[in-house]
Amino acid sequence: MTELDAGLVGEQIAESGQVAEPSGRREIGRARRRKEDARLLTGHTRWTDNLQQPGMVQVMFLRSPMAHARITRVDVSAARELPGVLAAFSGRDFADEQGSLPCAWPVSEDIVIPDHPPMAVSEVRYVGEAVACVVATDRYRAADALEAVEVDYEPLPAVMDMHDALTPDSPKVHESGNKAFSTTITSGDVEAAFRDAPVLIDRTYIQQRLIPSAMEPRAVLASTDGDTFTLWSSTQIPHVLRVMLAVTTGIPEHRLRVIAPDVGGGFGSKLQVTAEEVLCLLLTRRLGRPVKWSESRSEGNLTVHHGRDQIQHVRLAAEADGRIRGLRVELLADMGAYLMLVTPGVPMLGASMFNGIYKMDAYEFACTGVFTTKMPTDAYRGAGRPEATYAIERVMDELAAELGIDPLEARRRNWIRHDEFPYTTVSGLTYDSGNYEAATERAMALFGYDKLRAEQADRRDRGDPVQLGIGVSTYTEMCGLAPSRLLGMANYGAGGWEHGSVRMLPTGKVEVITGTSPHGQGHVTSWSQIAADALGVPFDDITVLHGDTAVAHKGMDTYGSRSLVIGGVAVLQACEKVKDKARKLAAHLLECSPDDLEFEAGAFKVRGTGASKTIQELAFAAFTAHDLPEGVEARLDSDATFDPDNYSFPHGTHLCAVEVDTETGMVKIRSYVAVDDVGKVVNPLIVEGQVHGGIAQGVAQALFEEAVYDADGNLLTATMADYLLPSAADLPAFTTDRTETPSTGNPLGVKGVGEAGTIASTPAVVNAVVDALRPRGVRDVQMPCTPERVWRAVQGTRGGERS
Amino acid sequence: MIPARFDYLRADSLEEACQALASDEDAKVLAGGQSLLPLLRLRLSYPTTLVDIGRLPGLSGVEDRGDHVHIGAMTTHDEVMRSPVVNAACPLVAMATATVADPAVRHRGTFGGSLAHGDPAGDLPAVVLALDGVFVARSERGERDIPAAEFFVDYLESSLRPGEILAGVRIPKLGEGWGYHYEKFHRTAQAWAIVGVAAAVKRSNGAIQEARVGLTNMGSTPLRARAVEAALRGVEVGEQVRPACEAAAEGTSPPADLHAQPDYRRHLAKVLTYRAIGKAAGAP
Repeated sequence: MTELDAGLVGEQIAESGQVAEPSGRREIGRARRRKEDARLLTGHTRWTDNLQQPGMVQVMFLRSPMAHARITRVDVSAARELPGVLAAFSGRDFADEQGSLPCAWPVSEDIVIPDHPPMAVSEVRYVGEAVACVVATDRYRAADALEAVEVDYEPLPAVMDMHDALTPDSPKVHESGNKAFSTTITSGDVEAAFRDAPVLIDRTYIQQRLIPSAMEPRAVLASTDGDTFTLWSSTQIPHVLRVMLAVTTGIPEHRLRVIAPDVGGGFGSKLQVTAEEVLCLLLTRRLGRPVKWSESRSEGNLTVHHGRDQIQHVRLAAEADGRIRGLRVELLADMGAYLMLVTPGVPMLGASMFNGIYKMDAYEFACTGVFTTKMPTDAYRGAGRPEATYAIERVMDELAAELGIDPLEARRRNWIRHDEFPYTTVSGLTYDSGNYEAATERAMALFGYDKLRAEQADRRDRGDPVQLGIGVSTYTEMCGLAPSRLLGMANYGAGGWEHGSVRMLPTGKVEVITGTSPHGQGHVTSWSQIAADALGVPFDDITVLHGDTAVAHKGMDTYGSRSLVIGGVAVLQACEKVKDKARKLAAHLLECSPDDLEFEAGAFKVRGTGASKTIQELAFAAFTAHDLPEGVEARLDSDATFDPDNYSFPHGTHLCAVEVDTETGMVKIRSYVAVDDVGKVVNPLIVEGQVHGGIAQGVAQALFEEAVYDADGNLLTATMADYLLPSAADLPAFTTDRTETPSTGNPLGVKGVGEAGTIASTPAVVNAVVDALRPRGVRDVQMPCTPERVWRAVQGTRGGERS
Repeated sequence: MIPARFDYLRADSLEEACQALASDEDAKVLAGGQSLLPLLRLRLSYPTTLVDIGRLPGLSGVEDRGDHVHIGAMTTHDEVMRSPVVNAACPLVAMATATVADPAVRHRGTFGGSLAHGDPAGDLPAVVLALDGVFVARSERGERDIPAAEFFVDYLESSLRPGEILAGVRIPKLGEGWGYHYEKFHRTAQAWAIVGVAAAVKRSNGAIQEARVGLTNMGSTPLRARAVEAALRGVEVGEQVRPACEAAAEGTSPPADLHAQPDYRRHLAKVLTYRAIGKAAGAP
């Protein structure tokens, strides 16, 4: 063994040019291009469906064509005989070991959490529920074999409408009935607020059901060596998934590794413990072969959990001058057939947000979760907050119309002023910081608000068949899910902290390990920027590891605009700990007191002398460990777990102008301005991308997307020919800008941006459509505002409510 | 995509392809695949054999043949919309083709394939119908001309006989003085037309001398709005055009689907016909 000359190796490292010079610029705030992109865009990717394992086989599921039926017979024997088929099973074959898919959020005392077998055994409750599976050497043979499986059903009545479902004589989805839970939150004297109120607004809005459409469809691969199990899944939550799968399948947690490789988008749809994940594990355990499942897009539309689907009854009481006295919200939330991971929690995430940015004395929120024979709903970009924001922002426009004032003026009279933060709202949340006045002023200037209002008046006067509408949305949202203490109070089954670690490698390179699980958010880039500034190492010398429970051993994953606000802060704190260790070592090597050292541009310098040690030199010194001070370990590596005290509350003002062709009902977005305040920004380019995508997704709810079931429970929008997603060609160029009010709840001052655009844009667009038609008596158009619905609203017939 | 099992034949000659189709009723022609493959993917179609005509010589390309333009069946949409001959002699075809789906589909999908598929929601059938195109069918027995008015029989059904392949389409040149427009009404850029109107208008001294109007997605086949055509004859370009277009939905039986009910489609047909005529006639 050659003796290592530490000094020589250290010099070699320095001279090899491997250690890049720190740029001297702060990385935080730079519009860095994403480190991830070159690899992803050139196809050097590891999507779950791309992964191969020796002896791997494919599973496909036979799915119920009935919304509700008793299964009287499943015969897989003919399928088993077909070429290439290894096995075929019915739900009954796994009845003793498949357990029940978990629901982690029992939101009320009266909640009913029905048994949810991954493969139906005796009854199916939505079209698409798995009833049998075939394992074959490839998907073609598996698909052929599925056609040979025979299932007899005894039809039961479908339960499709929430109001009907709650009537006493409705057919039942579950024996226990159709009510999943009910809950009421009251703050202040609601009766008094509504008694003799000079202005009363009473509206009902429909949040249509949406189908999350991540670019990458879901896929799962499970394998075992007989002792340990590895599950690759297109998931947002490898860590949560590992815990839940261990509980569900009985595979001990220490013998289960979960990997989220490259994941192509999720928007909440991959925040789930799916039937397919459980069954792939059970199949690999039973067959001893690696088992892969990949969904087709149509299969995904049927069986990825859906989003939204609420009926919102909103009442607002106000003074004659427009000041709000109180707000009452009655919500029916469609759970679908079962409660999945956070199904009942979604409406509750909006419970405290219906009051928006407005001050009021009293608030009441009542929610009933309803079972229907449809695919379960669960988190979808914003999860509860877009629904709440939509309702309050629509109602604020109604208030303005009632009073005959500008919608922005109605908001000004009610919003929290910038000098009133921190502000505890009527629903009990404390908003950390904000400046609604500044964002609104900026948005109005960029939009040309007064000029567009003038054009609107002119078109109205002329009776132009193409009318102009202006929509306003002054939103806030609750980000950084979530302080563990608050989650505990809400009876959620886990905490909301996040973990980060930093490994200083001998050559001065840095590995950041994060418990967040990026699937398009660019954490590798942003976390590199945070660590580069904190450690003074070059951006390019940092790599970020994530998404594998064997590598990133602790984490709570990515959802709810939490990653930067919690996970990014954990990385920062781990870096600070590295620096603390490095400072002690530097003081020892430089023979000075740690207090005499100042840290600058990646080096500890003795004040007043030229002596210094770079962090890379110190990493190498820790590695050789030849000369360590008393009590210092041979490593600078550190980790940190951050749990915030409070949520963060980004906000912004979105303004949308639409042209409504009253002859055809076509709505065209003429201009769209978004001024968001998401606190401090780590990477403006990534923030911009999040805002653009978010707006597109929110516009999609307003104008394009809707999951439609027929009366028998068949999904009519199972393909993208019927479920319309807008493309760039269908959207305008967005004008975006930011104001910056740092969060006071974390050292980075960041607030989260993943959901902002989606939350803000839907009401902005619908408010604009209604604004265009208000002189004709239209005050609502149900989403999505399709040309036909708009046309009927103009005609004063179906599809649009008239006053 | 996981279709059911099928056999695949890459035909080396038109004769071979015709023979294969004649000998097996459940064989299907594979041209650009942009309509067929989705059906296979969803297992809505179970052909025994796909007869791939993609490499046959002589089926592709645009030719100026004096009084008409010949468009080979295998000419891709992209080639059609960029063809100088098409743009000069029958611009309505280019206009409509440019609205078909998206660039990826237009580079694979073919002119003949989209017509032979016979989808009344497709953009090209109404155009060829309005222009009185002639379909050229080839079989083992030789060549047969089918006027557009006789080509579209029912939903996804043409008058091509078993063993016949659409080889090309002749689009008559209408000559001087004609204006054209294809008005497509759809919710997203890639979506099918809820209603489409193909209009060709010949003006003379400020009046409409002749108008041709084809309707997309207003029935089980593409349709001619004959009542509008009659009502427009001799009408001054101006206020009298709109009342004439009120007849656009006459004789139609539009479908009901997620995007539109029949009464809305009838209404759209009138509005869009008026707009298409206006643009084709060069009205402001």
